[in-house]
Amino acid sequence: MIKSPKKYSVFSLVKNAFSYHENWQPAWKNPEIKKEYEAIIVGGGGHGLTTAFYLAKNHGVKNIAVVEKGWIGGGNTGRNTTIIRSNYLWDQSAAIYDHALKLWEGMSQELNYNVMFSQRGVMNVAHNLHDVRELKRRWHANRLNGVDCEWLDTKEVKKFCPVINTSPNIRYPVMGATLQRRAGTARHDAVAWGYARGADSMGVDIIQNCEVTGININNGNVTGIETTRGTINSKKIGVVSAGHSSVIAKMAGIKLPLESRPLQALVSEPVKPVIDTVVMSNTIHAYVSQSDKGELVIGAGTDGYNSYSQRGGFNIVEDTIMAIVELFPLFSRMKMLRHWGGIVDICPDASPIISKTHINGLYFNCGWGTGGFKATPGSGWVFAHTIANDQPHALNAPFSINRFSSGELVDEHGAAAVAH
Amino acid sequence: MLLINCPYCGEREQEEFSCGGEAHIERPKNPPDLNDDQWADYLFLRQNIKGLQYERWNHSFGCRQWFNVARNTATDEILAVYKMGEKPPVVESNDPITPCGEPAIGSGNFSTSKKS
Ligand SMILES: Cc1cc2nc3c(=O)[nH]c(=O)nc-3n(C[C@H](O)[C@H](O)[C@H](O)COP(=O)(O)OP(=O)(O)OC[C@H]3O[C@@H](n4cnc5c(N)ncnc54)[C@H](O)[C@@H]3O)c2cc1C
Ligand SMILES: [Zn+2]
Repeated sequence: MIKSPKKYSVFSLVKNAFSYHENWQPAWKNPEIKKEYEAIIVGGGGHGLTTAFYLAKNHGVKNIAVVEKGWIGGGNTGRNTTIIRSNYLWDQSAAIYDHALKLWEGMSQELNYNVMFSQRGVMNVAHNLHDVRELKRRWHANRLNGVDCEWLDTKEVKKFCPVINTSPNIRYPVMGATLQRRAGTARHDAVAWGYARGADSMGVDIIQNCEVTGININNGNVTGIETTRGTINSKKIGVVSAGHSSVIAKMAGIKLPLESRPLQALVSEPVKPVIDTVVMSNTIHAYVSQSDKGELVIGAGTDGYNSYSQRGGFNIVEDTIMAIVELFPLFSRMKMLRHWGGIVDICPDASPIISKTHINGLYFNCGWGTGGFKATPGSGWVFAHTIANDQPHALNAPFSINRFSSGELVDEHGAAAVAH
Repeated sequence: MLLINCPYCGEREQEEFSCGGEAHIERPKNPPDLNDDQWADYLFLRQNIKGLQYERWNHSFGCRQWFNVARNTATDEILAVYKMGEKPPVVESNDPITPCGEPAIGSGNFSTSKKS
């Protein structure tokens, strides 16, 4: 029998306060590994957990395991700068990202878990004539696709975000910006934990500290996985392992069009509220928002070479900070407190792969690169559909692995605000 | 950040270089005969190895010459530098113990080339 977890509410908070918060139940179990599952999800990041959650919730799959080599949300899900938006250029991308954005809007209620989704708006800033044209093109494309988007001129940018430097004399002056008001941020750890708790309550086994080391295939059909904790059988395996996707694909003899690279972020000392939106700039590559704790959350670029070391080069951080300080001179004396990297799986067209493979029962969801956090619920939604029906959902059909043979790429590089 | 030993200029900071990706991918000798999957393989599919990888680098803000590097992508150690056209050297590397795991020495930025 599935035992639903205690519902979180203001009453449970008060009740637990009386026992000094020492009697909260674990949010998910630590189950024994079964011999066989109906479906196994490899990778316990946000995308893997949402896949399991929607497999159980939307498709009634009962016996599911999520197998994670480290801990839940220890990958890019817990390392990103949490920017959520759907203002992508191409129809296929706008459709899948906006579907995700709609799920974000109801997520805390759906999960009974506060993911601190905050629709504070995302501004994409233009610094030259080319930027202005590109961003205006995207603004119009978004409106045609029913994605909310506005154009702000320099004065309106200053009004929306007073601390930004709109002097015409800086090296890359602010010449306007697009604004998506429905966009914003969320608390990334809470997303992983909330979906883990939700999946667990529907009977999904969340297995941590268990690395997948092999994929068993018999006559073109997948039969299970080898792990550091033994063999687990299943006829359906969905791989959602971000930076390590190529390594796992190789276990099944599949080559993917991915490059794994470090992407870095950093946060400052906490200060009083100073910036109540998200500001992004492609041209000078900087993006910044402020967390509820008061830290500035700053994202850098990817390193120019492949690496799995989860650390990037210092020069990348330096470039980002230069850009931030030019756009926000008042941040120039702030101290940075923490800094880290994640390994992102980059596709040649900067779009994801959510696809069947030529091996029956083996599915891949990868290539989200530098910008998949925003897609977390939507990615799981369509991937669960793909696994349950052995058919892509209409929203992920364009993101099949076959597009690299057919040439039907969804080229979002540069088209949609490069990063995130 | 890496310190890369350009075969023409000596050790320089990685910022002076650009990485050209996987090495030893040959342009197909018979382009008209290739089917779409073979083109996809040549154009897009990559090994993206965790562990010892052979890759091309260009000293783009220096002598602008291309050369090859053998590097461990799990530790970032540079194990060998060799010229274009040369065969990939056999080198020992601290590969991950399990395919997606850590190498015995842990990961980290080893910024110097390994001197034997
Ligand atoms: C610094 C940084 C900033 C970013 N900023 C943004 C942003 O602002 N907005 C945005 O939309 N996106 C952003 N992203 C991208 C986003 O974080 C990712 O696209 C997204 O989180 C990917 O989710 P995931 O669940 O697929 O990956 P992950 O959370 O990385 O999950 C994959 C999991 O697979 C596990 N795994 C790997 N190999 C194995 C194995 N062999 N066996 C078992 N488990 C395995 C890993 O341990 C990991 O937990 C950023 C990324 C980084 C690194
Ligand atoms: Zn040189």
